[in-house]
Formats: sequence, C-alpha cells, structure tokens
Amino acid sequence: MWKWLHPWAKAEKAYQLCGRLSPWFGIICLGLLVTGSVWGLLFAPPDYQQGESVRIIYIHVPASILSMGAYAAMTIAAFIALVWQIKMSELYIIAVAPIGIGFTLIALLTGAAWGKPMWGTWWVWDARLTSELILLFIYIGILALYNAFEDKNTAGKAVSIFTLVGSINLPIIHYSVVWWNTLHQGATVSKMGKPSMEMSMYWPLLMNIIGFGFLLAYLGCVRMQNQILLREKHRPWVKKMVMEGDNHAV
Amino acid sequence: MQFESIEAFLAMGGYATYVWLSWGFTLLVLIAVTVASIQKTKQIHKEVRESLTREKRINQAKEADLL
Repeated sequence: MWKWLHPWAKAEKAYQLCGRLSPWFGIICLGLLVTGSVWGLLFAPPDYQQGESVRIIYIHVPASILSMGAYAAMTIAAFIALVWQIKMSELYIIAVAPIGIGFTLIALLTGAAWGKPMWGTWWVWDARLTSELILLFIYIGILALYNAFEDKNTAGKAVSIFTLVGSINLPIIHYSVVWWNTLHQGATVSKMGKPSMEMSMYWPLLMNIIGFGFLLAYLGCVRMQNQILLREKHRPWVKKMVMEGDNHAV
Repeated sequence: MQFESIEAFLAMGGYATYVWLSWGFTLLVLIAVTVASIQKTKQIHKEVRESLTREKRINQAKEADLL
C-alpha cells in the first residue's frame, strides 16, 4: 500500500490528482445542494412547533457538521505532516482552513437567525455556541500563524502542531449538548439507528449534508492546487504546465 | 409543494426575515469562497506566465548583447 500511496506525496502528482477529482466533486456537490435545497425549501413539511422557520435546518446542520468535518480533515493532515514529514499535508491544512471559516460563519449566523424566533435571542453564551465560536477563532489563528512566518517550512510545521492541539475542541463541540445544560437541542441526525425526525425532512437534510461534504472536497482540491502552485511556481513542471495550458483555456 | 402561492413562499409563515437572512448569507459565503478560489488559480497562472515571458526577454537581450 505504501508503494502505491507514496507518489501522491509529490507535488506534481498531488496537483494532477486534485485536478482530476475536482470536476466530479463539483458536479456531485451542485446536484446534491440544488436538489436538497429545493426539496427543503418547497416540498418538506413545516414543523408542527416551529412552523416554516425550521427550513433554516437545511443549511444550519450541514454547515455545522462540515465546519467540524473540515477541521477533522485538517487534523488528519496535520498528523500525517508531523509523523511522515509530508509537505503536501501542510499545504492541505492551509488550503482547507478558509473553507472551514466560511462553514463556521454560516453555522453561527444561521444559528443566530434561528435562535432569535425560537429562543428569543440571537446569542447566548452557552456551551455549544461558545465552543463553535472558539472553532472560528482557531481557524483564524491557523491562517494568522501560517502568515506570521517568512519561511514556509517552519510555518507548515508550526501550523501542523497548532492544528493538532486545536482538535481538542472537536469533541467539546460535539458533546457540549450532553455535558452541559444548554438551550441548544441534542443531536438530531447523528444518533445511531433511526433519526429522530420525519423522513420527509430527513432526506433533503441528508442530501445537503453530503452536498456540503462534496463542496468541501471540491473547494479543497481547487485550493490545494493553488497552494501547490504558489509553493512550486519556480519549478520546471509548473512552468511547462502553464505554457502548455496557454494552448487550451485554463 | 407546501406553499399555495409565491407570496406565501416568500412570507415563510411569518419567519421571512430569519429564513431568507440565513439562506441569503449562506449563498453569499459559498459563492464568495468558490469565486475567490477560482480567481486565485487564474491569478497564479497569470503570474507564472508573466515571469516566463520576462525570463525569455532577459535571455534574448543577453544573447543580443553577446552578438
């Protein structure tokens, strides 16, 4: 297996792999998000208690789950970067962090817009909301740390360590609704076995969750390619590729 | 279809502000991140191309000097 895996740690191979995968991720993502959103907005039933405001769930839950999913992916990359000294892994952390910021912002704002009519307040300092806000600060910290170093090899190492340490926040976010008394409701979807919601609401939600996952994969590939190019732009293979790219549109 | 009319859909049972604020913001963020990522690719390609032409020009000037 190692023999098969190892070439992907090389910049050029990793770049080509991302390029080959990203169109598929993009198409699947678009299909799922459009279907799930139209289904959720138009065809899913209103909630018997929350009325139409429940339609926020179709973006709030996917964005929240994937804001943690993005960090989980970064944590794995950080571990690989530190243990096997693979530079590509460090680049992946930096490529994904801005996507994580986007998802976390969406989770926080849609949560606030849902909390206002349901709880009567935009924001409370309870465990779930606060730990998600800390996730946002960690993402920003990772980018700031990376940009603080002139030498990108040192920056990559520092960022890997910081990402690994910050991953302690993930179980805190996940179990915050169990460990502390909070306004936020418990898990709806991730319960083992039958989800505690109507099937007619569950399916569009599931589609959007997977859709957000594919969006993460798509943007991850595109941004990873950018990071590789930035790091390798003086290498012959990049120059050759860009010159050949002139013949057909980029 | 859960709604009788477009007006009813837009009104979201009285929750229009919250529902459309959420969906609007989400759309904005997702499009912004996607566009920024693709723009960056194009920008890097352009930079590499420009540095290549510059290199070529310098080489040509050097050769001309030698002759």
